[in-house]
This record gives sequence, structure tokens and C-alpha cells, in this order.
Amino acid sequence: MLAKRIIPCLDVRGGRVVKGVQFRNHEDVGGIEELAMRYRDQGADELVFYDITASTDQREVSPEWIGRVSKVLDIPFCVAGGISSVKAAAERLNAGADKISINSPALINPDLVNTLSDAFGRQCIVVGIDSFFDGKNYRVRSHTGDPDKMRETGRETLSWISEVIERGAGEIVLNCMNQDGMRQGYDIDQLVAARAVSSVPLIASGGAGAPEHFKDVLQAANVDGALAASVFHKSVISIPDLKQYLIKEGLDIRP
Amino acid sequence: MDIAIVDTGCANLASVGFAFDRLGVRFKITRDADEIYAAPRVLIPGVGAAPYAMTTLREAQLVPVLQNLTQPVMGICLGMQLIFDESVEGGETVPCLGMVDGRVEALETGDLPSPHMGWNQLENLVDDPLLDGITAGDYAYFVHSYAAPVSSYTLAGSTYGQAFSAIVRQGNVYGCQFHPERSSATGAKILKNFMEIAA
Repeated sequence: MLAKRIIPCLDVRGGRVVKGVQFRNHEDVGGIEELAMRYRDQGADELVFYDITASTDQREVSPEWIGRVSKVLDIPFCVAGGISSVKAAAERLNAGADKISINSPALINPDLVNTLSDAFGRQCIVVGIDSFFDGKNYRVRSHTGDPDKMRETGRETLSWISEVIERGAGEIVLNCMNQDGMRQGYDIDQLVAARAVSSVPLIASGGAGAPEHFKDVLQAANVDGALAASVFHKSVISIPDLKQYLIKEGLDIRP
Repeated sequence: MDIAIVDTGCANLASVGFAFDRLGVRFKITRDADEIYAAPRVLIPGVGAAPYAMTTLREAQLVPVLQNLTQPVMGICLGMQLIFDESVEGGETVPCLGMVDGRVEALETGDLPSPHMGWNQLENLVDDPLLDGITAGDYAYFVHSYAAPVSSYTLAGSTYGQAFSAIVRQGNVYGCQFHPERSSATGAKILKNFMEIAA
């Protein structure tokens, strides 16, 4: 059976891994390779590196650390942050990233999804979506790395998911912003709705605080993987314990 | 040099090289026919689409070179698809290297998300030196939308919507549909076994 994936997310700023609450107040949680290898050794199925300042600073993430990570890591990893051209994507993939994830640049130029998918194949093009529930609707926000530059896009989340899949996205990471960093659980309702429109793998993000939250989202929303950051960085949840628990609960998990 | 990695022009060459670095294996990424002929072992990597990769190999005049190799050869991911007779992508039949009998077709995933992406289990293992230390149920990392059906050349299968070949062997030619360079200890073990197969 295909295993559900447990995916630590490492937000990178200034060559270090950081974490903020609802995208604010970043604190340093460690070095990039050091954390990558720690999570690999603990049984992480995949890693995602987000250069959280790249889109807001109008620059593209440096591939230099990507090669260093690829050298030591023997599990797949995805890099995100300000990738807005075929050239930038090629540099990251050639440096050893297995997938690239685009977020704000896709909102500015949706054709970018088609271009990248045509150039490298759907399998390595992930679209990250930051979605905010306004009390009525799920709406997409861009440039979420910096609260002062964050924008409402006017796009509705579910239709954006459908559009990027149509354009060639091979995977969706849906970050539910209301829950991010709050550790109150994933947004099951939103992820169930997203699952219904996602014919490609769907990864849940935002809200993990306890092992039960992973079980709930993997079972109830049937997502392909669950991404989390602070609970892993702060050792609130250990990956080996989490995986044992999920196996006991009957989920297909790589031990 | 212990192994030649064929430069298929695809993106994951660095990752494959790093995997051999971690095993202490000396490799060379090359398109040079003489170097490939002379190498004790040959690896055909690849990600992306078969038509592009086959065009690259044809332009580099490597098709007959690869077809005539007698040393242990392994294709991984797209490279595994290239070693078959042909691949059917988007309704078009792409002639491939023909080093293993059979054709590669779209994976019928039914209601499951596609591409098949993530860690899946190896099953129905055949006794072969490549699988020394590998147990049915071990996980490997897959990313693909096309696959070779199970055949008499299958050394290990896997299932996603349908059963397919995860590892094949025909004579000196091996193929892995998953990415051994990204399959942690299981992948490293398979690469190590490949390096120890008698040339």
C-alpha cells in the first residue's frame, strides 16, 4: 500500500530554519542540514523547505544549500520560495531538489504552472496555496511570508486548486492559515472540500498540535500526507512515536 | 571509475551521483560511448518524459551503445521505462531501447490521485542478488504516471490502482521504477547490491 506521508516543513530565512506563529514573530530553530538529517533519521517521509522571504523580497532562493541538502539526504525533498522562471526551477532541480513548489508567482502569472509542468513534468511541480477562511469562503492569499506585504488575491481556494491542476500541477500543498501555528488541528472541513477537487496528491498543512490531528486529517480528509513544522521543531511530537501511533490506528505508514 | 551514469539530460543526475558518493562508489556522468562501453557497470537515470529522453539519447548516438552493453546495466525511474521496447505516452507509442521485452503504459490509478507519488511497498520478491537483504513489505519512493506491467522479468512488484513492475531483470539489464537514491536504507541497499553483482 502507498503510505501516507509525514512531512516536516522547514521554513528557511537567512540560511537558518525558523518558525513563526501565523507567519509572524520568527524564531531560530536550527541549521538546515542538521535539521534535515535529524528528521530523516527519525523517519520523515519527505521534507519541504520554504524560503519564506523569497517572494516578498523579490529574489529567488539560493540553490547553494539545496546541493548541500541533496548530498546528505536520501529521502525526497521539495524546495519553495520565489521560483518564477524555468531557469530558476532548473537550477533547483539540477542541484538535487526532487520537486519545486510555487505559490505567489503562480498567482501573479498562472501560466507559469503550465510552463514549468511542460518543461519538467507534472511530477515535480507542486503548487502551494495559503488559504484563509473569512467566515464565509476560503480565499487565497499571496506573499504570506511578510505580514506587511501579504495580499488578498480575490481568488477562491477550491477554484484555484482546480485551475492549477488543470494547468499541470502534480501536487497541492494546502496551508490553512487560520490554523497555522495554533496547534488546534488541521482544517478538516476545508481539506475534505479540497480533496474532492484534487485529482493529484494533496498535502495538508497548518494546525498540527497532537498525534490525533494527524490521524483525523489522514482519515477524515483522506489527504496523501500531512505537513507540520513547530510540533516537530519543538519536539512536541516525535516522528517515531507519531508513526507508531498512526500504524496502531490502522493507517498505512512507512515505519 | 566503478560505474558510468549515462547523461540523459534529465534533472536528477546530481541526486543519483550523491547516492553513489554516500556508498563510496566512484562514478562518472558521461555521454561518451567509449567510457560507457568500458565501464564495469552502467546506470541509466531519468525523470520526465520518455520522448524527450529518447531524443537526447538518439542525438548523442547512444542508442546502439546502450543496446550492446554486456556488463550489468540498471535503469531507474524514467530510465527503467527507457529499457523496454516501447512506451505509450499520451496515446503515442515511443520506441525505446528494447533491452527488456515489453511495453510501458499509463498506470491505471482509477479514483486514486495521480501521479503515483510517495512510499510504496515491494511485493512478490523473486530470489535475485539485487534483492539481497530486501524483504517483501519494504518501502521505496515512487514518482511516476507510467509503468511496466508485471511479467516474467519482474523481480519485485508494487500496487497502486493496479499491480506493476517495481523491479525487473532480463539478463544483465535491471530496472527500478522507484528512486533508489531517494529510498533511504532500502534504496541504498539495492544500489550496493547492484555494485556487487558479478560483472
